[in-house]
Amino acid sequence: MFELLGIPPQALFGQLLLGLINGAFYAMLSLGLAVIFGLLNVINFTHGAQYMMGAFAAWMLLNYLGVPFWGALVIAPVIVAIIGMVIERTLLRRLYNLDHLYGLLLTFGLALIFEGLFRRQYGSSGLPYNNPLPGGTNLGFMFLPNYRAFVVVASLVVCFATWFVIERTKLGSYLRAATERPDLVQAFGIDVPRMITLTYGFGVGLAALAGVLAAPAYQVSPTMGSNLIIVVFAVVVIGGMGSIMGAILTGFGLGVVEGLTKVFYPEASSTVIFVIMAIVLMVKPAGLFGTAK
Amino acid sequence: MSASTSSSSRAPAGAASGGSSVLTVMGLAAIAVLLVAPFGVYPVFLMKVMCFALFACAFNLMLGYTGLLSFGHAMFFGGSAYITAHTIKVMGFSPELGILAGVAFAAALGFVVGIIAIRRQGIYFAMVTLALAQMFFFFCLQAPFTGGEDGLQSVPRRPLFGFIDITNDVHLYYVVLAIFVIGFLVIYRTIHSPFGQVLKAIRENEPRAISLGYRANQYKLLAFVLSAGLAGLAGSTKVLVFQLASLTDVAWQMSGEVILMTLVGGMGTILGPVVGAAVIVTMQNYLAGLGEWVLVIQGVIFVAAVSLFRRGIVGEVLAIAKYYGSRKAG
Repeated sequence: MFELLGIPPQALFGQLLLGLINGAFYAMLSLGLAVIFGLLNVINFTHGAQYMMGAFAAWMLLNYLGVPFWGALVIAPVIVAIIGMVIERTLLRRLYNLDHLYGLLLTFGLALIFEGLFRRQYGSSGLPYNNPLPGGTNLGFMFLPNYRAFVVVASLVVCFATWFVIERTKLGSYLRAATERPDLVQAFGIDVPRMITLTYGFGVGLAALAGVLAAPAYQVSPTMGSNLIIVVFAVVVIGGMGSIMGAILTGFGLGVVEGLTKVFYPEASSTVIFVIMAIVLMVKPAGLFGTAK
Repeated sequence: MSASTSSSSRAPAGAASGGSSVLTVMGLAAIAVLLVAPFGVYPVFLMKVMCFALFACAFNLMLGYTGLLSFGHAMFFGGSAYITAHTIKVMGFSPELGILAGVAFAAALGFVVGIIAIRRQGIYFAMVTLALAQMFFFFCLQAPFTGGEDGLQSVPRRPLFGFIDITNDVHLYYVVLAIFVIGFLVIYRTIHSPFGQVLKAIRENEPRAISLGYRANQYKLLAFVLSAGLAGLAGSTKVLVFQLASLTDVAWQMSGEVILMTLVGGMGTILGPVVGAAVIVTMQNYLAGLGEWVLVIQGVIFVAAVSLFRRGIVGEVLAIAKYYGSRKAG
């Protein structure tokens, strides 16, 4: 047995894994926020609530309809994305010509509504969701629970698939073009309003998918989103919203840093990301991967 | 801010041209009503309204007049409340010194947060202030002197300045009224000073203000410190009223509430935050029994205010008055 600075390796790697899982959620959420902000110019404060709704959709599908986790992994994000697209069509669309702050305030209000409704119905304490992949593998230096490994791999796959679609396909090039000059893209005969709706739906679906993945790892609770979204905002400020890969790397990186802080200085684990944010703002205000606008 | 600022930037000018004598008369009438109010209405409720009105006015100094949406003003309100409660309860300070300590702390915190936050504009400023406020929340959750989940309860109401008895709610009411009026006048004075004009110039067109030789960041920082200090004054006063400082005061929901009050009342108008605070506090009082529905209703008001009446109550009234005024003149 080796020890690192008096920390047993099981604890170290265990926290590292937990950090990676948190990082996976940070990455997926900040990715969605960045994609939405790029095209809509709206900081989607409802993102946390939509993550929570993804988890609840999975829980409801299981408990009311008997749909297992693997089905919910597909169905729940679609349901939440459809709700999101309705919101975009009916409410958000009217604000695009106004200051960005109104989009933030509107989505903040929506977040309050969703959180309040779920708290009203299910209370503030969490609901359990059974682990669909029980058991684990002993790697010699640590015990690797199967489900946690699955979450990290699945989110990596989703993140890189998103990166690939946006940066390497024709559809992605339309999206990037519309981010820069929506009027010009529209003039080329592409239906930009529909693209905006679908993009919002995609970003929201990503948040909901993160929620479904989080359901067995944590508990399903109405407040799970609002606590997370503020950290994700800090992640977005640190990474800057200019780059897809930047959002992914910052998300995973900060998750790991947070996990390590839990091992070496647990008191600071809930604030370390905010401290990093303050330092980054002092040194490089545009963010690590951002470009000053 | 395009819709609201274009109207609000004209609003103070319109009010001034309508004659400051009318405004003075209205102000004196309002103070006269407030002087007799505690005999008709429950004084604690009125004090709560005034604390939140001052808080919202301080917040409006940032959003309405500097164009920066701070999503973290709860840290100044609640941080100052903790300091005041701690100095009075544990260290035996008199109320006036406790308030002073709280305000000084809030202003100092505003200085530190301001230096970090004004490096980004617009939407990022909101996210940065929210994140820093959340960091402060965790600090309060873990720090031993805040009493954790329980908060600091039953803070004593010692005599103010050593001879004014404030254990009686009606006596305290007049003290809170005086604090509110002083705070309000400070904000009024700030907005109508050359300093306030520069702030408005920065809000409307920052590069232009810079090109005219104004150091925009220094102005923004000073406005932020002032706003933080006044928000702190509101938080400290709240401690005297409720004899309590708790995590609720520093939580992000509190930052959301003050935004809601300002939005509903009318951002960028001098009286908007006062009206908004009165509306929201009254609503909370009546709906307290509904539990989680309060959150839902607040969310609905947010959505409705942003979608339907972005100028807020006072802003809409001013717009209507202006419309009829111009019809009469024409």
